[in-house]
Amino acid sequence: MSNIPLLEARDVARNFGSVVSLSGVSLKLFSGEVHCLLGDNGAGKSTLIKILSGVHRPSRGELLVDGEPVSFASPRDALDRGIATVFQDLAMIPLMSVMRNFFLGREPIRRLGPVSLFDSKYAERVTRDEMEKMGIRIRDPHQAVGTLSGGERQCIAIARAVHFGARVLILDEPTSALGVTQTELVLKCIKEVRSRGLGVIFITHNVRHALAVGDRFTVLDRGRTLECRTRDDIGLDELQDLMSGGRLPATA
Amino acid sequence: MLQLARRPELGAIGGLFVVTIFFAATADASMFTAAGVMNVLSPAAQLGILAVGAGLLMVAGEFDLSIGSMVAFAGLVFAATLVVWGAPLPIAILLTFAFAISAGMLNAQIVLKTGLPSFIVTLASLFILRGLTLVGLKWATEGSTQLRGVREAVGDSWMLELFSGDAFAGLFAPGIPVEVLWFVAVAALGAFVLARTRFGNWTLAAGGDANAARNSGVPVADVKAILFVATACCAALVAILTVLDAGSTDARRGFQKEFEAIIAAVIGGCLLTGGFGSIVGAFFGSIIFGMVVIGLTYTDIDQDWYQVFLGGMLMMAVLFNNYVRKQATGERS
Repeated sequence: MSNIPLLEARDVARNFGSVVSLSGVSLKLFSGEVHCLLGDNGAGKSTLIKILSGVHRPSRGELLVDGEPVSFASPRDALDRGIATVFQDLAMIPLMSVMRNFFLGREPIRRLGPVSLFDSKYAERVTRDEMEKMGIRIRDPHQAVGTLSGGERQCIAIARAVHFGARVLILDEPTSALGVTQTELVLKCIKEVRSRGLGVIFITHNVRHALAVGDRFTVLDRGRTLECRTRDDIGLDELQDLMSGGRLPATA
Repeated sequence: MLQLARRPELGAIGGLFVVTIFFAATADASMFTAAGVMNVLSPAAQLGILAVGAGLLMVAGEFDLSIGSMVAFAGLVFAATLVVWGAPLPIAILLTFAFAISAGMLNAQIVLKTGLPSFIVTLASLFILRGLTLVGLKWATEGSTQLRGVREAVGDSWMLELFSGDAFAGLFAPGIPVEVLWFVAVAALGAFVLARTRFGNWTLAAGGDANAARNSGVPVADVKAILFVATACCAALVAILTVLDAGSTDARRGFQKEFEAIIAAVIGGCLLTGGFGSIVGAFFGSIIFGMVVIGLTYTDIDQDWYQVFLGGMLMMAVLFNNYVRKQATGERS
């Protein structure tokens, strides 16, 4: 693990008009690490990830990728630097097949004289392979995404981002609407991604989900960093207390 | 069930099978001779060319209710260029397509810029174009609603063979009407584009979830605009074929074809909500349509039953499609 973070935010703030939604947050994400971002509603999680993914620009503070200061004009810029975000709507189309969704907007092309074809053989093979690497056996890459479970869909979205060259993966509450088995599946995907040396920012409400995969934990509260701890340094109860907006017990 | 979701045209093929058995049992044997089959395919082809455009547009999540009127107005543009201005056939064809491209573009821009449902925008175009056709016909003919003399105006042109008459007449008795060849070609192109190209993937995505498609980098507005234009061009092609065939054009040309084209597309498995459908299905849907319209004349059944047939088939197709969609999206009912 190198000492230069893949992605770093230094004292990032953002206000919308006179409303301050982020008043100075710092965060470091290292390669091969899952960094959990926790906090109650309105704590500033969404604003922070929108800044990291290039949707918003910070009003103050700076972003660094591989130690270099960067400024993202759009989500495209962030993507070009290898920062991919899987939002809750997943950008997936239920009526379309897994393979068509996987390559949506980035279709592989096979040339046949003057005509370009959607290379479905290649798409089929890659989709199957990438899903298998995530530990999901797709019965049929032609089946509609709508027939898959919520967890499987999350994993497709994750596999897609990884396949297209993400080094940093930002996951926006990927487990929030899922049952126990489905959550397991997504957490397994996150571990798989980490083992390949990517950095993952995992946004969640759920302390148990965070502790199951997290290496580092940042708790936000009302637009500020409340605490930033490593795995060895924090327990379930403590994290739960922080989440509910409380302070650390006197021992800290 | 999985197979069904992957093959939306299966319903139409099954329907064609049932309709064929029905007519095999009730209709005069002459319906199934070469000449009889061509009789069925002619109206199927005219409708089918429109259904390919309408079907692709439906898959992309939009309707064009103006295609019937577009046929009428394009027919007027085409006939008036030939008869009133005495222009040669290639120029008339060019002008007709140029008109269709601009009309399709106008529909598209209004729908896409305002975000209004295409259903209502193109319903307005339906009336505007139909009315303009009437006004234009009266202007071109000094008061009549029919413009004659197209064949005389065309005379001999090398392009005529491409758009009228029968092909391969030397090979077997009745030959194949050129419109049938156009129908097959347009359907094959549409089916190929939808199933096998990047544009096809974008079309499915635009209709399935425009927002998700946009977030994945699909130029949704461009895709829809191109399909509006393509649909209008299908209407122009039908106008040229039918005006040359009849030798005249009138105000009722293409009347209610917009509904028939949508019906054919729905029978072919296209969802009214977009995102799912098949051009191969629309192809067979159009043939079913032609079979019912023409087939009844070969039976003792009163021809006026045809609308009942059609409505019944549409109803069955919609119920069937709805079932397939629920299976495909995993929606429980």
